[in-house]
Amino acid sequence: MIREIFRFRGGVNVPEQKSISTNKPVEKAKIPSLLTIPMNQHIGNAALPSVEVGQTVLKGELIAIADGYISAPIHAPTSGTIVDISDHPIPHPSGMSSASIQLKPDFEDNWAKLIPHDKDYTDLNPSELRNVIRNAGIVGLGGAGFPTFVKHNPGPDQNVEYLILNGAECEPYITCDDMLMREKAQEIIQGLLIIQHALKAKHAVIAIESNKIDAIQALKDSVREFPESHIEILSIPTIYPAGSEKQLIYTVTGKQVPSNGLPIQIGVVCQNVGTAAAVYRAIYFGEPLISRFVTITGDVNTPCNLEVLIGTPFNDLISQCGNSIDQIHRIIVGGPMMGFAMHSATLPVIKTTNCVLIDCGKFSSFRTSDFHMPCIRCGNCAEVCPINLLPQQLYWHSKSLELDKAQEFDLFDCIECGCCDYVCPSNIPLVHYYRFAKSEIWKNDRETKKSDIARQRHEFHQLRIEREKAEKAERHARKKAALKTADKSIDDIKKESDPKKAAILAAMERAKLKKQQQGITPKNTKDLTPDQQKKITEADERRKKNIVEQSSKRVDSQDKSK
Amino acid sequence: MNLYTPSSPHFHSQNNVTSIMLTVLYALIPGITVYVLFFGFGILINILIAVVTALSCEAIMLKIRNRPLLPFLTDGSAVVTAVLLAISIPSIAPWWMIFLGTAFSIIIAKHLYGGLGYNLFNPAMIGYCMLLISFPREMTTWALPLSLSENYLGPLDSFAFSFFNVTQAQIDAVSGATPLDYLKTQLGLEKNISQIVNNHETFSLFSGVGFEWVNIAFLIGGIWLIKRKVIHWHIPASLISSLFAIALLFYLIDSEQFSSPIFHIFGGATILAAFFIATDPVSAAATVKGRIIYGASIGVLIYLIRTWGGYPDAVAFAVLLLNMCVPIIDYYTKTMPYGHK
Repeated sequence: MIREIFRFRGGVNVPEQKSISTNKPVEKAKIPSLLTIPMNQHIGNAALPSVEVGQTVLKGELIAIADGYISAPIHAPTSGTIVDISDHPIPHPSGMSSASIQLKPDFEDNWAKLIPHDKDYTDLNPSELRNVIRNAGIVGLGGAGFPTFVKHNPGPDQNVEYLILNGAECEPYITCDDMLMREKAQEIIQGLLIIQHALKAKHAVIAIESNKIDAIQALKDSVREFPESHIEILSIPTIYPAGSEKQLIYTVTGKQVPSNGLPIQIGVVCQNVGTAAAVYRAIYFGEPLISRFVTITGDVNTPCNLEVLIGTPFNDLISQCGNSIDQIHRIIVGGPMMGFAMHSATLPVIKTTNCVLIDCGKFSSFRTSDFHMPCIRCGNCAEVCPINLLPQQLYWHSKSLELDKAQEFDLFDCIECGCCDYVCPSNIPLVHYYRFAKSEIWKNDRETKKSDIARQRHEFHQLRIEREKAEKAERHARKKAALKTADKSIDDIKKESDPKKAAILAAMERAKLKKQQQGITPKNTKDLTPDQQKKITEADERRKKNIVEQSSKRVDSQDKSK
Repeated sequence: MNLYTPSSPHFHSQNNVTSIMLTVLYALIPGITVYVLFFGFGILINILIAVVTALSCEAIMLKIRNRPLLPFLTDGSAVVTAVLLAISIPSIAPWWMIFLGTAFSIIIAKHLYGGLGYNLFNPAMIGYCMLLISFPREMTTWALPLSLSENYLGPLDSFAFSFFNVTQAQIDAVSGATPLDYLKTQLGLEKNISQIVNNHETFSLFSGVGFEWVNIAFLIGGIWLIKRKVIHWHIPASLISSLFAIALLFYLIDSEQFSSPIFHIFGGATILAAFFIATDPVSAAATVKGRIIYGASIGVLIYLIRTWGGYPDAVAFAVLLLNMCVPIIDYYTKTMPYGHK
């Protein structure tokens, strides 16, 4: 079956510059004198160090545990001693720092005892496979570094139709995936089979840009060893950005990932070829992710690919390619289209570092001037935009800070591939404007949220104060009223109150008076025997006496109390 | 060590504004060459005056507006405006008209709107319209093609026409109406087309003598521009096909009252407009759909103004009217981004 290839819109042909780094086989980079291993190498929460300073560790030993679900553990890249756990700069466009473990290698490179999965991987259920992958600290090696096991958990009602391995590697200069496919084709295929098993994916496709002839051949040869596997090796047109996830999915399936959505929503999971190889090593050998292929290229004497331990500083790699650091104009991590220029040469390689690109100002394709002309509305940017946006409009609105308009023109669908920027005759740093607008919007959102919370808090505070005030006032009023009624004599009431009430009170008083004058008229006092009469009189006497005694006692006690 | 840390992308193509403008100028060379062969050297003198004026005005305005001189003087945009205006003006027009038109284009239509990239209207067409309205007689006195004129205007004659006082008789000796102009006047006298065309030497097989070849040469230059990806096919194609379609419709209704579609396309400035004037990126629509609407509307307007309006040719007015509509066209032809279906 020959699969139909869908050509995504736009894109540009950029100078490839790939062949300079592919003529040597991949060698292991030298173990540096100090490894700096950041805890923040992936998307999600930074890992938490589980070792102490001074502790000796073996190669592959767990040194930091995952913090939460979207996170990944980190393992010692070689054997040695932990010398420091503190903040160090990490390869990030902002030049930020993250907690890092510094490991002084003992150059013995002794492995910890690894526990390979001795049974056939098909015995493991998807959840067990995910655990192995998670514990090996595997994250997406293509660049974003999303924890791999999370992608392998599509949810109960999601069917995975396509599992696509991304071997496009469309950025100029980068060849680490190319070399991996040439040299470790079998590992990639086996890793793919494991992932396919974990995902129960219907189709498994490895998509490679047509310029990587050797890699395509190597994979095709390896696939033949798995005749029942039905893996497709797909050569796709060489055009930047063919390796961008959205574009790759469209190329292979003809389907578009919904805006703001995930590939799994259209039944697709995408993984980098390097990730598949890492999965294979984790399952078959129990090896965690502690090294990766890195392309060191650009204006270096011997551009090449090296297998580099995580935590190796860039300057070690640069000197291995025969260059001294002080000639360097800029260091780019990643490719020249989407890579980030770094602030320092001492930053370490992390799990997502695919390429260290050195610019000494020799190659003319690098943009050297910041000067730009006004936009002449030529529309080249819109023509090459792989997302079919209107970069020109985005630029005007971003520049004038009309952020709502920029969002109306779907600013957040921009993948920052840089095609528009690349072709712009006026040399306008378009992507820079979009990033600026995005970060402004995020900032505004954060501020709105913050001020919303503050406002709510303030409103509640006001409400509480008012409620308390009201309660207090009410309490006060009640108390006052109670006191008033107690103090008021009947005369006062008479004076103050309405005539009806006064009449009632007067009537009651009259009745009381009458009762006092008449005395108590006992009942059943007719036809009494003299004996009975005598008893009653005696009782009356006693009562009277009691009343007198009690009243005198009360007076006494009142006197005493005075 | 201080590393250079600009934002990505770090690569940039070799595209620049100057090379775009230069390519446009190269594409005009065949048309101008044929023009010189048929109508004399006047056009070259006009171009020279216009370019010198444009660059001087550009420099003065940049200075006043406190902008860097070098990048903007060398971007070629002022030269393109100057050349387009110069070839739209009759080749025997006096120098001060070229000067006035160019200065108006650069100062009013370009710099007062904010300079390169910010002008709402096509500067060359603004200059042209100002001249057409202010000096209608000079602007409609065109040199006769070589085959119809006794004397071919060489460099010296052209220089004289441009810079010295020439008598009306001298002008009349070398000038005449353009085919479009003549046809319009004659149709106004209630003649029908076959009478007009058969009885006048200015009409050739499918348009006007000389004009047809100039237009074919401009067409070749325009197609080369599309091939070089300096302009897109959308505007020329939609402009020419809409003009062709509407002309064909009326031609089929009454071929004695309405001239043929081929005449409309090769008779006047249609080709120049379609490939070089309406395609000015700054003042044209920017989206693909928008460009097609923009081009097609210009085509229709050219026909309407030519047929029922007051002017024999209508390119400048049609282009300017559509320049006004560009913001709204762009707004309503927003694209559907990936993942929004």
